[in-house]
Amino acid sequence: MSELTDLGVKAIRDGVAGGEFSAREVAEAFNAAVAGAAQLNAFIVTTPEHALAAAHATDAARAGGKPLGKLAGVPIGMKDLFATRGVQTTAASHILEGFKPEYESTVSQKLWDAGAGMLGKLNLDQFAMGSSNETSYFGNVSSPWRKAGSNAALAPGGSSGGSSAAVAARIAPAATGTDTGGSIRQPAAFTGISGIKPTYGRCSRWGIVAFASSLDQAGPMARSVEDCAIMLEAMAGFDPKDSTSLDMAVPEWSASLDANLTGKRVGIPREYRMDGTDAEILKSWDDGIAWLKDAGAEVIDVSLPHTQYALPAYYIIAPAEASSNLARYDGVRYGLRELPQGANLQDMYAATRAAGFGDEVKRRILIGTYVLSAGFYDAYYTQAQKVRALIARDFAEAWAQCDVLLAPTTPTASFALGDKVDDPLAMYLNDVFSVPASLAGLPAMSVPAGLNGDGLPLGLQVIGRPFDEQGVLNAGLAIEQRAGFVARPEKWW
Amino acid sequence: MSVDRKTVAKIASLARIRMDEAELDRMVPEFNAILAWVEQLGEVDVTGVAPMTAVIPQALRLRDDVVDADPLTGGGVRDAVLANAPAPEHGFFGVPKVIE
Repeated sequence: MSELTDLGVKAIRDGVAGGEFSAREVAEAFNAAVAGAAQLNAFIVTTPEHALAAAHATDAARAGGKPLGKLAGVPIGMKDLFATRGVQTTAASHILEGFKPEYESTVSQKLWDAGAGMLGKLNLDQFAMGSSNETSYFGNVSSPWRKAGSNAALAPGGSSGGSSAAVAARIAPAATGTDTGGSIRQPAAFTGISGIKPTYGRCSRWGIVAFASSLDQAGPMARSVEDCAIMLEAMAGFDPKDSTSLDMAVPEWSASLDANLTGKRVGIPREYRMDGTDAEILKSWDDGIAWLKDAGAEVIDVSLPHTQYALPAYYIIAPAEASSNLARYDGVRYGLRELPQGANLQDMYAATRAAGFGDEVKRRILIGTYVLSAGFYDAYYTQAQKVRALIARDFAEAWAQCDVLLAPTTPTASFALGDKVDDPLAMYLNDVFSVPASLAGLPAMSVPAGLNGDGLPLGLQVIGRPFDEQGVLNAGLAIEQRAGFVARPEKWW
Repeated sequence: MSVDRKTVAKIASLARIRMDEAELDRMVPEFNAILAWVEQLGEVDVTGVAPMTAVIPQALRLRDDVVDADPLTGGGVRDAVLANAPAPEHGFFGVPKVIE
């Protein structure tokens, strides 16, 4: 038998249900893998006891002949942006260091209710702001991948960089991510795994540390499209505690997976063919087009004319929302307090926030404060919200011609840690292909397409209509079946 | 439009983030680079376009007007609310003196 840690979500669930191995054996194997991978710095805290307790409950339920949940026996990694009762929740920030929520996020609770256990809280970019996991207060995450012939540490992507690194390294079969402008898809692409951001509102935002509330969406990251579908079924669903939660039934996406795309039309957005895009990325895009044709789809050229404005609009809207959301960190109710000698209340706020936030977080709070300030609000924020409406309209017009869109996930493969950390704008450009779907609230996923000449993974992105996660997953499955992506990082940690 | 050091200092003060001189010096060019880049949005013709307010059209729901409709976020959980406070006092959030 292969090692338990090589198994994905479905294989573990079915193996436990069928008695091939116990949930306890699975939890112990992954706990050991996590403990042995400290060099990746993927976890901020580990919770082996949580994984074992969930496994024990699953084994006891099975022994008692009780029905098992959709994720029974599957230990997962939890991005440290989800509030977990009694377990430190930091958003990778100093200001929340030591914060132990008295409540559980809706999404994590749903995962535990489905029988999953928690291996630990995964590292991320601070407050999910970053594309390389280099803004975490708790240190960089290293991608398990390395360029052929090099030992340089590479970025696992961000902001869900702990999630992507853990799943790619086989120290977790799956993990939660959150995606505001690409934070599930870009790290998935960088590490050769799959990840889906569902339609805005599918997964409750209740108990997720807020970054930009009109964009934030949770989703699964795993090593197959089917595993993503299974996990998303457990995470999604209406929640009255989130005012933007979709009051819709959750489809059985995994049961309806179908890679036959006969009769489907796939749009290729011509504006995504940007100057300076890596030739190997363009080649993988062409491969993807050929695979979807092979799956029976008709491929057509479409135009999304406002694409180039998506990223600048995002870098007004997201910081504006962040500056408002992060106003809650005041040193009064929870988290860090800095109280210099003789300080008054205002001094305490300013000192606490100066000590508690990292540079990128401060940069975005300042930009957000500026674009929302009197005199500049219309020129920046209102203009960006109008451009956002045009970007959403571009997609709506595309859906008159096609069922899904195919594009690269990222403009390049992973880069070395440190390469872009001094140039915020260069870092922001990582999300050029992922941000438009976020601004329009659309379901979108990244699926591994192959390796580049350096031996690093490249991802393809499928974007779908609102609520059509099924169409996205089906096209993703068609790519997965034809890409035959079996590469995995060689263990060095 | 480019901003000067005084403007960035004012924004930092509005955002309640203390910044020393060296930090402000570093932030000004970064801030201006980002502003110069987002200003390309001014090129877009937005005549007759309403700013987006909701990405997926939805009506806000109302819940029944009852006490503790959700016990978790209702009342009577003072200890839980204060559990993570850095300086709770006598069952309240403690803050530095706010009156002279």
